[in-house]
Amino acid sequence: MADHSHTTDRPSPAVRAEALESLLTERGLVKSEVLDGFINRFVNDVGPMNGAKVVAKAWVDDDYRAQLLTDGTGAIKELGFAGPQGEHIVVVENSDDVHNVVVCTLCSCYPWPVLGLPPEWYKDPAYRSRMVREPRTLLSEMGLDLDDSVEVQVWDSSAENRYLVLPQRPEGTEDLSEDELAALVTRDAMVGVAKVSAG
Amino acid sequence: MDGIHDMGGMQGWGTVTVDPDEPVFREWWHGRAFAMGAMSMGLSGTNLDAFRHGLERLHPYDYLADGYYGRWLACAETLLVDSGVIPPGAVEARARNLSGESVDEPADVEENKPVYERGGAGSLREIDDPHAFSVGDEVRAKDIRTGGHTRMPGYIRGRTGTVHALRPAALLPDTNAHFAGENPQHVYTVEFDSTELWGPDAEAAKLRIDLFESYLEAT
Repeated sequence: MADHSHTTDRPSPAVRAEALESLLTERGLVKSEVLDGFINRFVNDVGPMNGAKVVAKAWVDDDYRAQLLTDGTGAIKELGFAGPQGEHIVVVENSDDVHNVVVCTLCSCYPWPVLGLPPEWYKDPAYRSRMVREPRTLLSEMGLDLDDSVEVQVWDSSAENRYLVLPQRPEGTEDLSEDELAALVTRDAMVGVAKVSAG
Repeated sequence: MDGIHDMGGMQGWGTVTVDPDEPVFREWWHGRAFAMGAMSMGLSGTNLDAFRHGLERLHPYDYLADGYYGRWLACAETLLVDSGVIPPGAVEARARNLSGESVDEPADVEENKPVYERGGAGSLREIDDPHAFSVGDEVRAKDIRTGGHTRMPGYIRGRTGTVHALRPAALLPDTNAHFAGENPQHVYTVEFDSTELWGPDAEAAKLRIDLFESYLEAT
């Protein structure tokens, strides 16, 4: 990264963050407690545990599942999940024949109300560049080998629609409660880079 | 714009590493950058599309070196400086002073927030225009070349696909990012076969991409 003027001798982002916060607080434009609250919400309250509840309910309740697949935003809001980056959520269902996977090649758009903030791998240039071009190879590298007979559908979130994958319910989970099912559902399965296993 | 952000189909990035124990914010400042980035839109009188364009306007070296939250922080600074909420150079000067140096900090400048009409909260809009395309129609992504913001990925330019679904109308990022009007439009999910995008040897897959009506033309 030598030979360019933009990063040379630039203060680290950590100290620039501190600097910007002090500039904004001393102008009365933000309060540090408001930033704390915002951060705490995404650390504690908004995350893949929300999406897991949606998926588990869809697995045990066919009416809910049908509603979820036709009106994702509305069905998700019924469980209390809505907010930024969730204006219009589309739920896409995996089956024996079809595997869905979500990417955002242009930035890192992600359905915050149900999955929280995106993990590092989702924001990685390798993921953003390769998932649209060699999805089977990349999924395999991430631990998901798909049979050639399975159709791969890659959703590039290039507008304001946000996509949530409804994974297949694993076999051997017939006796589990909705809460127990939710505990099995992973973030990676709801993005489409993994399957849910029975534990 | 043709920038580093338009990553779909680029090669040479290596593989993806998943850390199953990744925290929401790996560094303490990631959360601060996230919160200030989110608030910077309102504070600067701009919008989400201007924010995304702010990310794209970062120098490519910085775009990559800063990482996701570093980009949010740099973008917040860009929007706040553009709107005159903080003066140019203020963050760097303050950062140096916080690091033990003693440098002059720039004086405040006059506010310069953009003046433009907003059609409501969020991005979705109700419009009366009939749809130009229906599910099943064959459409071609126009060969759009712009130096400004667009949400049409470069890798589909000139390629032909099929309308898979109609989505709610939304304001057009290409103009909204530049405060040149919302121009709400219908949005379509268009399906492209992988071989149409990447050639006959492409891995078998269907690519589904959300595109604004003005990005598309009939074949």
